[in-house]
Amino acid sequence: MNWVVFVILALLALTAVTVARLRQLWAAVMFTGIYSFLSASWMMILDAPDVAFTEAAVGAGISTVLMLSTLALTGEQEQPTKRSPLVPLLVVTITGGALIYGTLDMPHYGDPNAIVHLHPDPSFVERSLEDMHGLPNVVTALLASYRGYDTLGETTVVLTAGIAVLLILRRDEMERPAIASRAKRRKRKASA
Amino acid sequence: MIKFPIIRVITKLLIPYILLFAFYVQFHGDYGPGGGFQAGVIFASGLILYGLVFGLDAIKRVAPPIVIEKLMALGVLVYAGTGFATMLLGGNFLDYDVLEHSFNHQYLPGGQHLGIFVVEVGVGITVTSVMTMIFYAFASRSRFV
Repeated sequence: MNWVVFVILALLALTAVTVARLRQLWAAVMFTGIYSFLSASWMMILDAPDVAFTEAAVGAGISTVLMLSTLALTGEQEQPTKRSPLVPLLVVTITGGALIYGTLDMPHYGDPNAIVHLHPDPSFVERSLEDMHGLPNVVTALLASYRGYDTLGETTVVLTAGIAVLLILRRDEMERPAIASRAKRRKRKASA
Repeated sequence: MIKFPIIRVITKLLIPYILLFAFYVQFHGDYGPGGGFQAGVIFASGLILYGLVFGLDAIKRVAPPIVIEKLMALGVLVYAGTGFATMLLGGNFLDYDVLEHSFNHQYLPGGQHLGIFVVEVGVGITVTSVMTMIFYAFASRSRFV
């Protein structure tokens, strides 16, 4: 760990506070994009390039685009609220305090005696090269082979989410004549 | 549709590399960091970048919604189909060991390697098409893209 870690964490905190303070939604979306990109850099430092890829592409890329297009559908200005910010501040402070208290129990970064490196089965790391016919990437082996059912479920969740968004949002030009003719048929049936 | 020539030219230069990087992440996922999900998202972001700069009609010509819609389900079908294929070959569901074959081991993956490869391709197809389709759904309702 070096000073880059502290710089990135400080910038993350700064960006989060900025997003919370902004009332211009367009700028807030941009800052969430910056936040995602900083998180991706942070994941990179933690030696998790897979997660960094995903965060950079989904968080900074696609979801920023989707949020901007949502703003195009709704509006760019947040309604000013009259409620006092004290209660939310209290809730956030307590939750944050609890989370920080939780991290005190966590093992140090890279600790070989950490429970996660001892408990389920360290032999995944030792055995997977043999089991997988020489695939060096343990993460891929775990996701696609040892836990293949899990990933199948995840893929199905992605498909389901996509279908749900389509059902809610899609306005298909091809559908209109069909709906019109169905309505006409219903009317004819009703009059008959 | 954006009129700025610099953005258009830079986008045209960048997109091939984004797509190539997506393929690298997909097919190198067994060796380096990456895999179907990451590759799918990167590929989709390349497509979406094209759509943002050149307009919804242009991207719909490259990736027709009717095809993308089918691909959404095809990916899951490839994944689950691998499971059923291993069952037909006499193993358990998603037991890739039965995919082991005896020809050209140096160049063609077999067994676990082949199973993981096919399954990751399925994940990649679904993620790419779902992300692109969600973009279509949003963009075709907004006034700007």
